[in-house]
Formats: sequence, structure tokens, C-alpha cells
Amino acid sequence: MERNNMKAWLYLLPAILFLGAFLVYPLIDVFIYSFEEGYNSASQTYHGVGLYNYSYVLHDPYFLQAVKNTFILVIFTVPISTGLALLISAGLNSIKKLKELFQTVFFLPYVTNTLAVGLVFMILFKKTPYSDGLMNLILGLFGMGPVDFIDGPYWAKMFVLCFYTVWVVMPFKILILTSALASVKQDYYNAAKIDGTSRLRTFTRITLPMISPSLFYLIITGFIGAFKAYSDAVALFGTNLNAAEMNTIVGYVYDMLYGNSGGYPSYASAAAIILFSIVLTITCINLLISRKHVHYS
Amino acid sequence: MTRPTDFETIEKKARLRSRSIKTVTYALLAIWAIVVLFPFYWMLLTSVKSYSAYSSEYVPKFYTLAPTFQNYVDAFTTVPLADYFLNTVIFTVATTAMMLVVTVLAAFAFARLDFRGKDLAFTLFLALMMIPSELVIITNFVTITDLELRNTFMGLILPSVTSVFYIYLLRENFAQIPDELYYAAKVDGTSDLKYLTKVMIPICRPTIITITILKVIECWNSYVWPRLITDEEAYFLVSNGIQEIRENGFGRENIPAMMAAVVVISVPLIIIFLIFHKKIMEGVARGGTKG
Amino acid sequence: MKITLQNVTKKFPSRNKKVREDVIAVNNFDFEIPDGKLIGLLGPSGCGKSTALNLLCGLLNPTEGRIFFGDDDVTNLPAENRGVGMVFQNYALYPHLTVKKNIMFPLENLKGAEKMTKEAMEAKALEAARLVQIDGLMERKPSELSGGQQQRVAIARALVKVPKVLLLDEPLSNLDARLRLQTREEIRRIQKETGVTTIFVTHDQEEAMSISDQIVVMEAGVIQQIGKPQDVYDDPKNLFVAKFLGTPPINVFNGRIEKDGLWIGQDKLFDIAAPDGIQIADQPVTIGIRPEGFILGEGDGGALTFSLTEVEVMGRDITVVSAHPDCQNVEIRSIISSENREEVEALMEKTGTASAVRFDVKPHKVHIFSTETGQRIYFTAK
Repeated sequence: MERNNMKAWLYLLPAILFLGAFLVYPLIDVFIYSFEEGYNSASQTYHGVGLYNYSYVLHDPYFLQAVKNTFILVIFTVPISTGLALLISAGLNSIKKLKELFQTVFFLPYVTNTLAVGLVFMILFKKTPYSDGLMNLILGLFGMGPVDFIDGPYWAKMFVLCFYTVWVVMPFKILILTSALASVKQDYYNAAKIDGTSRLRTFTRITLPMISPSLFYLIITGFIGAFKAYSDAVALFGTNLNAAEMNTIVGYVYDMLYGNSGGYPSYASAAAIILFSIVLTITCINLLISRKHVHYS
Repeated sequence: MTRPTDFETIEKKARLRSRSIKTVTYALLAIWAIVVLFPFYWMLLTSVKSYSAYSSEYVPKFYTLAPTFQNYVDAFTTVPLADYFLNTVIFTVATTAMMLVVTVLAAFAFARLDFRGKDLAFTLFLALMMIPSELVIITNFVTITDLELRNTFMGLILPSVTSVFYIYLLRENFAQIPDELYYAAKVDGTSDLKYLTKVMIPICRPTIITITILKVIECWNSYVWPRLITDEEAYFLVSNGIQEIRENGFGRENIPAMMAAVVVISVPLIIIFLIFHKKIMEGVARGGTKG
Repeated sequence: MKITLQNVTKKFPSRNKKVREDVIAVNNFDFEIPDGKLIGLLGPSGCGKSTALNLLCGLLNPTEGRIFFGDDDVTNLPAENRGVGMVFQNYALYPHLTVKKNIMFPLENLKGAEKMTKEAMEAKALEAARLVQIDGLMERKPSELSGGQQQRVAIARALVKVPKVLLLDEPLSNLDARLRLQTREEIRRIQKETGVTTIFVTHDQEEAMSISDQIVVMEAGVIQQIGKPQDVYDDPKNLFVAKFLGTPPINVFNGRIEKDGLWIGQDKLFDIAAPDGIQIADQPVTIGIRPEGFILGEGDGGALTFSLTEVEVMGRDITVVSAHPDCQNVEIRSIISSENREEVEALMEKTGTASAVRFDVKPHKVHIFSTETGQRIYFTAK
């Protein structure tokens, strides 16, 4: 076929311009920012190159709080949401009636505005002088005292954040796992049944290995997504996350960039790069573990 | 070996077990359905309770006998919800339209045209998918600020246009169209651009619709970038608008009016979802993640 | 283990919403499978033979009727309690487990008193693997095996727990032609060695004929005929069975019985009477003649005249391909001894193609069926 060098690049030009300006250049620039000490965004000057920005960020109590919050969020939400999604998908896969209705309902949170629904969660969990809120009403039924989940103790706020995060990430996980489970051929189950395999053993010895690539994909993206948590926290606790002790690493980056602390792209860059070093490390560990346990057909 | 006398018990047990497993399954699914749907119900319910009724309920009621639409009136009059709404529509339409043009052109070049460096360029494109938006947003913020595009639609839209994933998705679909069609069109003297618009786009309409819907959802829900780049209320989108309402609108405690606003901004996407749920779920299953 | 089916029927609700009637996949099966035999369940695709197999293994429960293994009524017993071994059409080997783990899988399910130690299981697995001659492949994954090897692993897995009954669903359909021949002998050998009652399902009549002790021919959920392969071939009960068995297929003609004579068009084959000597009423009939039932007419003799199209010489036999307006097949195939080669070739040369060829027939290779019902009309040739 004739080569259309010029023409082809012309077709690609818009994409290249956009991606170059807003994806490639910024990626390089963020590293540069992170090493420029004392950068002033108004005058665009800096007075040295070094690791000071990293050192500043790592000694900032707000950042350390954000790291702690993020790690707690990751440790709780990834296993819980993946496990719950697995359970629900297995349930979905075993029924015929109402299956499509359930599937559609379960996917609903995916298309809703995180900020808007977060507001609903806030009023469900919030304790005000006028009302203890619905959640406390339910807790009261079990004889547990009212807790303010939004402005109250740290564990309560963390609980709501984890709960809401799980609620938000479930649709994607259920969707992926349901289609993975549906792709396991019925013959395998029939064979196992004829051989007298118990349900539990069928699940652990056949189903799990067969869907392990999807499951593993979800675990990796789950880790990455949870490390990048931010909007959920804003939705529940408002924009001043530092004051609420509920900031996340991404939230810290944005706050550094703009808002109450007012424009420190160098600190923001350093924090962002620290975050993605963590994410990269964890992803690599995940990949190493998966070599042993994931079966790719 | 089981003796014949045991058979009846085994059969009975098996029947009982499969029935109880079924019950537990449906119960589990129903519980999760309630967890998913309840916030939506509560949102709707609260939005039609009057402010005074809501405030007087120390124990919240699960129903209301006197629904009112006053909150919806308030949502549009007390706070500039209509403006947020309109801004978001403009932002969504413009971004999605530009994304479509850029994506279609690039996907066409990668799928149909032959040029030097194509494989390398495509590999680099795919590598771009791995770049987290949180990293590049810092420089983009500085760039847009330097260009004095803060609080403008240009500043909102430009960095949101391209998505490597959609280019990839569409290229894969374009590449499935048999070459013969292209040669036939060439013989008939059809230009590349005409072939693209008259043949490839119609054939790949389902994929194009899917990426359009996914992009619309992404735009409608985007929060981080609008929050960074706008601090004038005139350019707020629904996400940071709702945050503004929460923190400064309605005198803070008018929850029913807030819920009315939440319903208003949630409804468009829910309608789109109910119409296109098959397409959306299929598109997301093919590799989309929350935008 | 003897298997008895008593009036077993399986109905499925119709998928077509306009038609309320149920689909009857298995209709009133009533027969006995003797202990230790190899049974071929034979029929065209969609005839309900896989449903029948699933009823036997317990993946489906019959709508009506009862199934007995020996004296035990297993009609509604779940699959896991029946003690059957099954080989699936696509083998259903677990792709993430090695051959050894696959074969051991059924043993690991045993509970209570039957529970085995790991060593015992490995020994059993090795024994089963030896039986099907794959003991050298124990550490491989299924994806590293050829189709034939996968098949053997599947059989080993089904046999390892010493099942009462072995069921095979289209065991040869995923193999290429050469392997198919080899594997079917293999199945025969394994069945003989283990003596386990074995039922296999196939749509390939040659496969069923070659290794079964008994075949069950079915069509549209109804059993057409049961018997030893050669008996069924020689003595088909109806036109369907006659047409379904045999390659090349039986030649079917529109004919008639007229004044004690059997006629195809203007040609009279021979005079006939009912077995008890009574006259058979004049009527239009369908006549089936096996390809090996033709004898080349000597000189100008021969009852039937066909127009010759081709001659295929293949070592032992000659296939004469010809045509006749009353033949339902596209072409008539007659297999005659290669001793007739010179005569046939002379025929070809003398008058070129589309010339006449004349045959006599062997009466025991001729079957008459009622045109109306397709049922066999028995006769004796005079």
C-alpha cells in the first residue's frame, strides 16, 4: 500500500497536540517542579535544585495524616469491596429470575455524581442538634449510642469514608466479576458435580483459579484507585479536609496546589511523585505475587 | 456405598440444601439492592419534605404525607443551580464533541493509514494510558493559570478533551472493518475523509455511541479539575456547585433544598443510564474505569 | 451395574412463547442396559441423546418415569451421589491443574470412611493413567496436550473413582480422522479391561457400529431400534434406521407392489409374498437397496436398468455410480467385486457416459417400507 506519511500525521495532529500539551509535557514538568526549591508561581523563579521539597512534604504533619488516612482506606476497602463483589457476583451468576434487574440496580452508583450522592450519605450519618440521623436510629435499635459520623471521632469518620468508598467502587467490580464468572463453562461445574465436589470446593478449586486474571486485575486497579481517593472524602467532609483530619494524599496534592495553602506546585509535585512511587511499588509487589497464583489460559 | 434405604434422605437433603442456598442468595442480593437504592430513595424523599417538617423530625420518617415541590423552586431560585446546570451541559457537550473529532481522526490514522513510525507511535500512545491524571494535573494547573484561562470554558475544556483509552477502543473497532471495503471505495474514487465519514463511522456507530456516553458520564461527574480551575461561581459545574451549595448555600441547614438540588443534578445521568444501560455496562466492562 | 429405564420422559418448557407446548427431548424410554456392556446411543444432532445422557448422570431429572442402577432407584438422586463417571464432549479438563491433579480431583472429594491418603490417591491416579497410557504426562497442563491425550486424561479422570457407570458424550467428535479410529479402539479396549457398563453418545453411525455391543438408535426423542449393530443394520425396523446406518447410505427408490411383484418404474425386481406366504396388497412402497446388494447383470440380463455416470475402482471393490428417475438419493451407489472390473470398464468405453448399466439384486439386501408410515414391510422373495 502507498504510504501517506504527511496525511497520516495530519490526522494524528489534534491528538498529538492535546496529548503533548496536557499529558506528556506535564509528566516531565512535574519531575522538574519537584526538584526546584523555593519555586514562586507568581514570578516563576526558583533559587536552587535539590530534595528540599520532598523533605518538606515528608515532615509535614498534614501529609503524614493524609498518608495514614490513605493507607487505612486502602487496607480496608480493597479486600472488603473485592470480597463482597465476589460474593454478590457469585450470587448473581447462580440465579435466573430478576438477574438483569439486580445487575442494573447494582450498577447504578457508577453513573451517579460522587459529590451529590456523598451529600446523601452525609445526612444519613450526620448527627445534628435536631436529629441523630438515620444511621444512629438504626444503631439505637441495637442499643448503641449515637455517634456523629461526620464531625465526631476519627474511627467513625473513617468508617463512613470506607463505607462510602466501597459503595462507590462496587458497581465496577461486580460488573467485571459477573462477566468473568459467566465465562466459566458450565461443563466444568457439571464435571465437578458428577465427581461429587462440594460447593465450597468447587468455588475454591475451580471457580477462583478460572477467574483469577479478572480478580487480580480488580485487586490491582482497586489498590491504585483507593490510593487516589479524594472526591469521596470531599463529598462527605467538605473541602477543608485537613481540618477534618480526613485528607488523603491526592487531597494534599490539590490543597498544596490551590486553596487554603495557596499555590505550591513544587510541594504538590513532590507529594504526587511520592504517592506514585508508593503505587508503583505496591503494583509491582502485586504483579510478583500474581505470577504464582494467577492462571492465565 | 450408600444403601438403597438412604436414597430418600439424600434426595430430601439435597433438595432442602439447594432451596435454602437459593433463599440465602436472593436475600443477599436484595440486601445489597437496598443498600444501593436506599440513598436514592432518601434523596428523593427528603427533597419533597418541607423544611419545617424535616427539621421537626427528630426521628426521621421513612415517608411523607405532604410532599412539596417548594424545595425544587428554592433550588433554582435561591442558588444558581440553573447556571451550574447550564455550565455543565456546555462543558459536557463541547468536551465530548471535541473528544469525538480528535479520537475519530487519530483512530482512523492508526487503523487505516500506513505511515512511517506507526507502530512506534501507537506503542507510545498506549504507554500514555498509564500516566495518572493526578500527576499531570499539577502542571496543567500552572499552564492554564499562566495562559490566564482560569475561570473560562477554554480552561475547563482543553485539558479534558483527549482520552487515550477511547482512541484505542475505536481503533480496535475500525481495524475490524475488512480492507476490501477500503480498496473498493478507493477504486470508486472516494477520498479518505469521505470513506471515514460515509463508511467507517456508520459501521462503528455502536462503539462511537458507547464512548460518547462514557465521556458524557465522565464530564458530568468531573470534580477535581473544575474545582481547581474555577473559583468564580459563574463557571461552576454541578459537582463543585453542589459543594458550594453545601458549604455556603441555603443557610447550611436547609437539607431538603439541598437534596432537591442533588436530585436535579443526578436525574440526567440516571435517565441516560436507564436508556443505555446495556451499552454503558458493556463499554465499562471492556476496560473503562471510573473517569 | 445393570441400568433400567422405565418410561422415562423429559420435557422442557418451550422457548418459543407463542407455542405453549413443551419440547419432548426424551420420549418414553423403556429399556434395559445389561451389566458390563458398551452401549452406543446413536442419532442425528438434536435428537435428545445428550439429554438422555444427562438424565442418566443426574444433571437432569426426568419429568416422568424411573431410572434404576441395579436395584436402586436413582431417579431423583443428585449427580454427586450416583457414582457415575463422565467424559464431556470438550473434555472439561481443569486448565489450571496438571494431568495428575485433574485425575486426582474426584478422589479428593471422597469423605468419611472413603477418604484416602495422598499416597493412595497418587497411586490410584497413576493406575488410571497407566490404563489409558498417559502415565508419562502426569506433570503437564491440559493445554500442553494433544486432543487425543486430553481425551485420555478425561477418561482417566472419569475412571479413577471406579464408577458404576461410565458415560461418554460425543467422545470422538473433537479428534481428527486418524485419531478417531485409534481412540475408538482404545475406548473399546479400556471398557473390556475395566468391565464397567459404558454408554456413549454419538451422531456418527460408523463409530457406534464399530465398537458397541448394542446400539440404541433414536430420532426426535423416540427410540427407533435397539440391538446388536449388525442386527440393526441387517434388519432395520423402519426407513429412518435403514437410512441412518451404513456408508455409503442405502439407495432409496419409489416403488410399488403390484400383483405379487416388486417394481421400480418399468423394472420388476422379483416376486414377493408375506413371510407366512399370504399375498401382500398392492400399494406404493419405498424400497431400500444396500450398495452391496447389487450384482452386475450378465450380458444383457439384469432386472434393473440405471444410467451409468461413473466408475470408481478402489482395490477390493468397484463403486458404480448411476442414476434412476425413481431414486430418492442424488446418485445410486452400488458396490461390486473388482472381478467385474473389465466388464464395467468395457461398458464405460463402449457407449461412453450416460449409458445403461444393468443389475440384479440380492433379495436379503432389499428392504421394503410403507411409504405412508416408513415402517418395514416384511416379505419373502419367490
